[in-house]
Amino acid sequence: MEIFAPLLQYLISGLTNGAIYALIALGFGIIYNATTIINFAQGEMVMLGALCAISIYHLAPSLPLAFAGAVVLVTCVGLIFERLALSPVKDPTPIALIIITVGGAVLIKGVAMLLWGKEAYNLPPFSGDAPIHLGPATILPQNLWVLGITAIAVAALEAFFRLTLVGKAMRACAYNTRAARLVGIAAGRMVQLSFGISAALGAGAGILIAPLTLGVYDMGTMLGLKGFSAAIIGGLGSMAGGVLGGLVLGVAEALATGFISSGYRDAVAFLLLLLVLFLRPQGLTGGRK
Amino acid sequence: MTPPRFLNRWLLFAVAVGVIAAFMDQDYYYTLLNFIGIHTLLVVGLNLLLGYAGQISLGHAAFFGLGAYTSGILTATCGVDPWLALVAGLAVSGLAAFLIGIPALKLRGYYLGMATLGFGIIIYIILNEADGLTGGPSGLSGIPSLSLAGLAFNTPRRLYLLIWIILGIILAMSANLVNSRTGRAIRALHDGEAAAESLGVDTFRLKLKIFVWSALYASLAGSLYAHTLNFVAPSSFGFMFSIKLVTMVVLGGMASIWGSLLGAGTLTVLPELLTVFHDFEMVIFGAILMVVMIFLPRGLVRGILDLCESRRYKRQGGRISF
Repeated sequence: MEIFAPLLQYLISGLTNGAIYALIALGFGIIYNATTIINFAQGEMVMLGALCAISIYHLAPSLPLAFAGAVVLVTCVGLIFERLALSPVKDPTPIALIIITVGGAVLIKGVAMLLWGKEAYNLPPFSGDAPIHLGPATILPQNLWVLGITAIAVAALEAFFRLTLVGKAMRACAYNTRAARLVGIAAGRMVQLSFGISAALGAGAGILIAPLTLGVYDMGTMLGLKGFSAAIIGGLGSMAGGVLGGLVLGVAEALATGFISSGYRDAVAFLLLLLVLFLRPQGLTGGRK
Repeated sequence: MTPPRFLNRWLLFAVAVGVIAAFMDQDYYYTLLNFIGIHTLLVVGLNLLLGYAGQISLGHAAFFGLGAYTSGILTATCGVDPWLALVAGLAVSGLAAFLIGIPALKLRGYYLGMATLGFGIIIYIILNEADGLTGGPSGLSGIPSLSLAGLAFNTPRRLYLLIWIILGIILAMSANLVNSRTGRAIRALHDGEAAAESLGVDTFRLKLKIFVWSALYASLAGSLYAHTLNFVAPSSFGFMFSIKLVTMVVLGGMASIWGSLLGAGTLTVLPELLTVFHDFEMVIFGAILMVVMIFLPRGLVRGILDLCESRRYKRQGGRISF
């Protein structure tokens, strides 16, 4: 039983981080489905979400306002990014798109550094920080917020894609863009929409994690890469895969931090990524070819 | 490329290197030129992979780091001869590239980008964390200078000669490689893997060969870097440096040997010229990557040349032919 107490604690922190990775992974998956592009700037949307929310909170100390305001702002950034950086590309080879989106990520990060400086900022937790005791482990209210909002977001997305006309149109584009065009779906609009939704998901992830880790201009790169790892581990383009990949990655990292060393935490994430890429590139859930 | 012009370029290169060495006497400029040389070595190697073979590596700083740290650890900690350490660095980097390349190069596009990126980050973390071996985040100092027949390369001017002579040889080798049978196979691979295979090119072996080859360039650059600074720290080998290398390739021009010199030169000199550059570094690098790839995907020089060329042909009322 001695090993059980820390194990539960690692599991809680792993699942919390995993939920964040899952949100980011879903953002990658939605854009990939609409365009077969991997948007390496996705992580920067997370950072922008966190920092915008913090700035809005400093102007008007209301968390719901900060949350909504930041999501709207970052969604606009995502839409503008698609218009300015990706729609003018004449020859969209994967290499060109990798370089362009990586360039976009570096640019956004650089601008954020100029705007917010290099300090880390604090966002208060959504409902206090009195720990809740759960058997031998403790859980912070913010952990519950992260898990709860992620679950709601996933359910809402699933409902959007299954039940609404626009959602179905987006799925049609993901399945076969040309056929979707033939039945009158505006594929270009769907691409824009996918960038908007992904940016909003990223921003949400950033706002949720800011009270736990602080918000700083360079937080996005690592979170984005891990979100992408989660997407690949689960199976790129699959919703269930993204969630599963995120949670697996989060828990694996937490266990490695607890039982091996915190310094190698990030290495574990990428080692897992390499293993999946080399042994099962279609991801745990199969995903698309 | 006709042979006499080809020869003239190399002659020009050698004369320029010699003239600078004869007439310039400010150490600052030599130091700058040394970094340009080292960066060019890296960029030529990455260009072979990215520009010619069309395979992306977002973790090239790792091979640079492996070369630098192998040289550093073997000479500073174990007292091995620097030249032997350099060769050991090549062996380590080459082997790492071979082992990581076998599974990674079966992947395409984004997956390859992500695998190389993951590898780069893992190496960076190891350099930081294995502090018993690497000195951790504060780095490894006391690396001796290279020396040849009693002459130590310990002043910027001597290092300049060493680095630029090596660079000249590497540039000539690379130009030779891309104009050879292998070079044509590499370009065929870039344009279409299936087509190249149907013409009898073993594309996987070829990709692996180029990957290892470009890692060896990076390792050589790393060893020279370690013996130039006499100090290495992990922060020089992170993700951002890998991105800078890609930026240098993109700016100089994909699939251009001399463009590599231009790309590395520009992006090494620019931060020195503009003191404000440091704060705007990321913005400028990001903007270069985006603007060049969106509007001039063949690189700055080639892109502008292409534009002029197509204008001229249009004026003459002819069609564009290659």
